[in-house]
Amino acid sequence: MVKDLSVNLCGIDMVNPVVPASGTFGFGLELADSMDLNKIGGISLKGTTREARYGNESPRIAECPSGMINSVGLQNPGIDILVEEKAPSLRRIYDNCIIANISGFSIEEYAYNVAKADKCAEIDIIEVNISCPNVHNGGMAFGTSAESAAQVTAAVRKETTKPLFIKLSPNVTDIVSIAKACEAAGADGITLVNTFLGMRIDIKKRKPVIANKMGGFSGHAIFPIALRMVYQVSHACKIPVMGCGGVSSAEDVIEMMMAGATAVQVGAENLRNPWACPEIVDALPGVMEKLGIDSLKDIIGIIE
Amino acid sequence: MIRKDLYTIVSNVQEAVDTFRMVLECPEMPELHAGQFVDIMIDGKYLRRPISVCHAADGKLTLMYKVVGEGTAIMSGMAPGTRLDIMAPLGNGFDVSACAGSALLVGGGLGAAPMYFLAKELLARGKKVNVILGFNRASELVLVDDFRGLGIEHMIATMDGSVGTKGFVTDAIAQNKPEYDIFYTCGPLPMMKALCGFTDIHGQCSLEERMGCGAGFCYGCACHTKSGGKRVCKDGPVFDKEEIIW
Repeated sequence: MVKDLSVNLCGIDMVNPVVPASGTFGFGLELADSMDLNKIGGISLKGTTREARYGNESPRIAECPSGMINSVGLQNPGIDILVEEKAPSLRRIYDNCIIANISGFSIEEYAYNVAKADKCAEIDIIEVNISCPNVHNGGMAFGTSAESAAQVTAAVRKETTKPLFIKLSPNVTDIVSIAKACEAAGADGITLVNTFLGMRIDIKKRKPVIANKMGGFSGHAIFPIALRMVYQVSHACKIPVMGCGGVSSAEDVIEMMMAGATAVQVGAENLRNPWACPEIVDALPGVMEKLGIDSLKDIIGIIE
Repeated sequence: MIRKDLYTIVSNVQEAVDTFRMVLECPEMPELHAGQFVDIMIDGKYLRRPISVCHAADGKLTLMYKVVGEGTAIMSGMAPGTRLDIMAPLGNGFDVSACAGSALLVGGGLGAAPMYFLAKELLARGKKVNVILGFNRASELVLVDDFRGLGIEHMIATMDGSVGTKGFVTDAIAQNKPEYDIFYTCGPLPMMKALCGFTDIHGQCSLEERMGCGAGFCYGCACHTKSGGKRVCKDGPVFDKEEIIW
């Protein structure tokens, strides 16, 4: 029988739960002529700050077994370009869920950017990144305590009526308390996890591979840890979770959903294989058939 | 449009110290130009390996690569018949239309590889092509017979003087005084920088950086230029000399 891949995320009907994670798919436009974008359920756009940013110095990439470290540092053209050019351009060719990923260096900047994104008709969901490990005085600093996470959430909540997701860092001792604080402060959903702070050293050159020394580790290696956090948070909170971290196959998507994710983001895998998301969507019905699943909605959070 | 296809290795032989020539076959291979690169998936490694195109025509792709790490070491052991997942075409390539009549091509080490493809493209447009190849020593020489086969002048400079002019490529230029209205170069950064300072004539340089996606959407390989931040993989790897901040 025909498999039902659709899910409902905060009132938004998604044709499927597969979403390229922010920073691993540009603004969706870069690959538009190389694939059928409309196969993908949603796209989380490149993280955006108030001003345009160059980001960190290169090298920004270090390979690891089953993963990679990046230290891009939020290179982006700024919030005005996002709402005036990028999101409208993507909407002209893309029918599904557009997720704006918002960053900042102060609570005021987060609020300013979210207010701008709120007025952009092409944006369906706002995902606030309080978990970037690659910038100083911001990013992850807001996501590592329940108190500051709640402060950012409360400030941006005032600026938007769109579904509001907070993207959390795994570099914390108690992910559940932070997620619950965001929920209490008005978040509509939680995206987790961002990358793990990591490092590599070139032992011949005796210096770090990455110019910024440390960066965010992602890729298949982090999948079990991400899955565990998705499980913990989705069972502790009432709001939906977008699961993210090391997802690279249709089986991983199903596993994340069984753990409790309503939608599933694919990150580093896009860098190895830009067609990862449409390929996963194509593979899902066959895997569902083998597992006796008719509708993905039926398996969300079935692990107690 | 970027695509990925399965390519079959036809041959994979050592040509110089640590340097291999891999020829692959793929009927669906897209059109490729000199200065562009392909991104190769290697079993057991997470990210693809970006490799500059040495030649591409009629469904056959030639790559020259140096064993510098684990990925290229795995490549060097691959047998003919092995199938590889390759993404192409990537990068902007050299602009052959910028050459009025006579070009100087300067390749340092493996930088000779894209220069061979470029020489063919320029010759096909009726341009005069001068080639200078720089190596550290005779045991590193690659593609010399291929350039000879094109029937064009090619000069060699080696640091130890074992072949051609002793010294840098700029020494070989000073000695041979080729005439050109544009230069194109690929090789070590210090060599390209010295070359750009050596001549007032316009040129194009192929830059390198550690890459993530190779296709312009991850922003992993940024560089500063006089016209702002650029992605080496997508806005480059070929940049105008005047744009580069050394």
